[in-house]
Amino acid sequence: MNKAGSPDLSPYANELRQHEKSERRALLGLTGPAVFLVLITMVLPVGWLFYLSFVGSDGTYSMENYARMLESKAYGRIFWTTFQVSFLTTGICILIGYPLAYFLSQLPSRWATICMLAVLLPFWTSLLVRTYAWLVLLQRRGLINEWGMGAGLWDEPLPLVHNLNGTLIGMVHIMLPFLILPLYSSMKAISADLLKASSNLGATPIQTFWQVFFPLSLPGLFAGSLIVFVLCLGFFVTPAVLGGGKVIMVSNQITNNIELFFNWGAASALGVVLLVLTLVILFAASKLLPLDKIIGGGT
Amino acid sequence: MNWFRRPASDTQVTHGQRLWLYILAAIVMFLLVAPTLIVMPMSFSASQYLEFPPREWSLRWYDFYFGSTAWMEATATSLKAAVLTMLVATPVGAAAAYGLSVSKHPLSRFVFLLLITPMMIPVILIAIGAFYAYVQLGMVNTLSGLVVAHTILALPLVLIVVSAALKSYDMSQEMAARSLGASRFRAFLLITLPQIRFSVITAALLSFLTSFDEVIVALFVSGGDNSTLTRNMFNALRDQIDPTIASISTIMIVISSVLLVITQLFGRSGD
Amino acid sequence: MPNAEALPISISRITKRYGDIHALDNVDLEIRSGEFLTLLGPSGSGKTTLLMALAGFTRPDHGSIKFGNEEIILKPPHTRNVGMVFQSYALFPHMDVAHNVGFPLKLRSVSKAEIAERVEQALNTVQLGGYGKRQISQLSGGQKQRVALARAIVFNPRILLMDEPLSALDKKLREHMQIELRHLHEKLGMTTVYVTHDQREALTMSDRIAVINHGKLMQLDSPREIYDRPANRFVADFIGESTFLKLEDKAGKLMFGGQAIEVRAAQVQLKHPALVMRPERLVVIGKANVKTTAKDMNLFKAKVCELVYQGDTSLMYAALADGTEVTVRAGTRTGAAVENINIGDDVMLGLHKDDTVVINDE
Repeated sequence: MNKAGSPDLSPYANELRQHEKSERRALLGLTGPAVFLVLITMVLPVGWLFYLSFVGSDGTYSMENYARMLESKAYGRIFWTTFQVSFLTTGICILIGYPLAYFLSQLPSRWATICMLAVLLPFWTSLLVRTYAWLVLLQRRGLINEWGMGAGLWDEPLPLVHNLNGTLIGMVHIMLPFLILPLYSSMKAISADLLKASSNLGATPIQTFWQVFFPLSLPGLFAGSLIVFVLCLGFFVTPAVLGGGKVIMVSNQITNNIELFFNWGAASALGVVLLVLTLVILFAASKLLPLDKIIGGGT
Repeated sequence: MNWFRRPASDTQVTHGQRLWLYILAAIVMFLLVAPTLIVMPMSFSASQYLEFPPREWSLRWYDFYFGSTAWMEATATSLKAAVLTMLVATPVGAAAAYGLSVSKHPLSRFVFLLLITPMMIPVILIAIGAFYAYVQLGMVNTLSGLVVAHTILALPLVLIVVSAALKSYDMSQEMAARSLGASRFRAFLLITLPQIRFSVITAALLSFLTSFDEVIVALFVSGGDNSTLTRNMFNALRDQIDPTIASISTIMIVISSVLLVITQLFGRSGD
Repeated sequence: MPNAEALPISISRITKRYGDIHALDNVDLEIRSGEFLTLLGPSGSGKTTLLMALAGFTRPDHGSIKFGNEEIILKPPHTRNVGMVFQSYALFPHMDVAHNVGFPLKLRSVSKAEIAERVEQALNTVQLGGYGKRQISQLSGGQKQRVALARAIVFNPRILLMDEPLSALDKKLREHMQIELRHLHEKLGMTTVYVTHDQREALTMSDRIAVINHGKLMQLDSPREIYDRPANRFVADFIGESTFLKLEDKAGKLMFGGQAIEVRAAQVQLKHPALVMRPERLVVIGKANVKTTAKDMNLFKAKVCELVYQGDTSLMYAALADGTEVTVRAGTRTGAAVENINIGDDVMLGLHKDDTVVINDE
């Protein structure tokens, strides 16, 4: 149908398109301040570090920082320690955390909220305070040794801190909530009807658990383990305090490079490696599973 | 039927058969909570060595904390930084969350990922990055430098919490308000914001705690006059076990717990 | 009595594409001042999209929408001054009833005293006088619906939009509200655009119905015309039940299996003529060999396959000579012809020529 005297075949098409575009832009513009802050405080400085990592001790472009990392045995040990701690912490968290998450998911909601406080309380407490608490508990004259010896379980105070063991204990304690929370939500999302159906079809409770419940809880387990592992890779405070200088992870070495040796080149190179490692792991994981659904939010 | 024989699950497993799970869960829950809480009574011990239970009760470590200029200044710095972080991160993050949830712009997903990156990468990188930048800009050991760095650490949390609230919120109410004559902005202020306010408060409290508890960035970026509480605590821990830290820890635990309980209460009544 | 102030709506060439899908495809629609027009269609037909375009929440790709003489297509929703009732009611839970209803007045800077007066007036109109202080959570579904309505009319908009407002109510309440909404419309006289997928609702309430499918306007007519004279297969199928009988066009006359079909109005040449047979329009005249004196009837012989007694009517499935299965809905009053029929019988069905509608079955 054409309107008499109107040569425009698509009335108001241009104006409407402009309005749509400017509305979208204005709304996205609400993220402006946040994006600005992140760019100047994170993206730019980290980019700078990237650049710095390629600057040698004589101030010119060189790969010596990276070369040193590959050659030096000390660096090899640092990476080994970092991975060791990360894997062990993640593994222990899974072993301890899965049953607890399962238990919580089976509770009626009133009890679940109360018991959840046991997970949320440490989560909300400063990690420095928690690390300190373990320091106090695990020392030679700390609570655990006092009780153990008092109860006759051992004669000499056990070296529970200022070593790998102490670090692991502290890290597990700090990381557990990060595993339990996503795992719990994933478990709650499993429909009770599926378990009932499985029973009805002839599966024993154990079979139902392993063949129906467990596979369905894997996305949450995966997300939680990923978060724990990535956090462990970059962790600083707990190994510094509970490791007694013997547990040097990547972040501890970065700090040493800057504070003790003023070697920005080496620190940046190490930082770049850590960053790339983290991003690669996150990227690979995001391909396997839609992470933003589990973290919750987004578009 | 006694309790042990009652079915506990959809697959009719009984409580009795699950006893091992209950015991294990109880142990883990105890281990999660006890270490943190045990610091509290120990902080009241009179002796130089922290004991449990304290042989003699005393407030000496609290007196020392409140009486020490160094500790008090550090606390003031931490509080100031935390409040400022909260005041900046909450509106900036909430605005971003709202913008992302209603804009259908193709870049939205990318922006979301960018804004939660500070949470995903090791904090040490942000710490040394900020430190380096601040050295160039002469902003090291300033309160503003600290607040800016803490803000980007808090932003992802605010973004996630507020986004989740907006997701479960009925947007047709905003549409109704707009059909009745309210502009987008007025509709947000009068209708949407009052209804997501509990999530916004939770996000604010989380930003506060993120800044107050933060160690690594503070280690690099605060110092001298503007040293934070956590920085001082960390340094003290590395040198010797100063029992004052137990009293400070106790205070921090109480603050965290109170804030947690507040959000839990709001969370329930807000549904 | 149409309100002298009610605005007509002029929709022209409205198109909205989502990728390859046309949610709205060059829709032209003229809505008369003060009329109650229903947009009827299945889900995904575009009816809600069109309503949202009228309200300003969906921005079409191109087209024109005029309220009266004013072009409003570029105006943001909060300046269009239309009343809107949402499917979920969208009442503000943090305000009581009076504040909900008074909200649009507050936005328009009306004095507090006047707000109170007009709110009470609006609540009285929807028969919820005195409910001002109640909390939204205390209201039943039907009451919420009325508050939503009061809120939408309190600022005297000249156009009212409703998006399936009754779909959340149970059957009895829904039927009651349909009549109440109709009365309200007659009293207030606003131009009303109503969206529903329920054909019975559309037939009950509307002055005219616009049937929409795949973003296109299928037919715009009064309820009676829509039902009795569907313009195409979709409308005939969507409204009421129908069986379609393929006809042949022999030199201007429509034939079914050698038999001439009498139609009501002279038909334009149709490429694929099909007869629309509505179950309740078919009459069971009697057993096949009965002599009938019925005039103006098209007669069809059929064999009964199935007979289902349904209380108020009986449903008969019968096969015509060419195998087409037709459905006949027959009354169950004492003495009705269907009472003596059994499965397997040959019967004579009749369709009055005024009930005989032919469409082009593409």
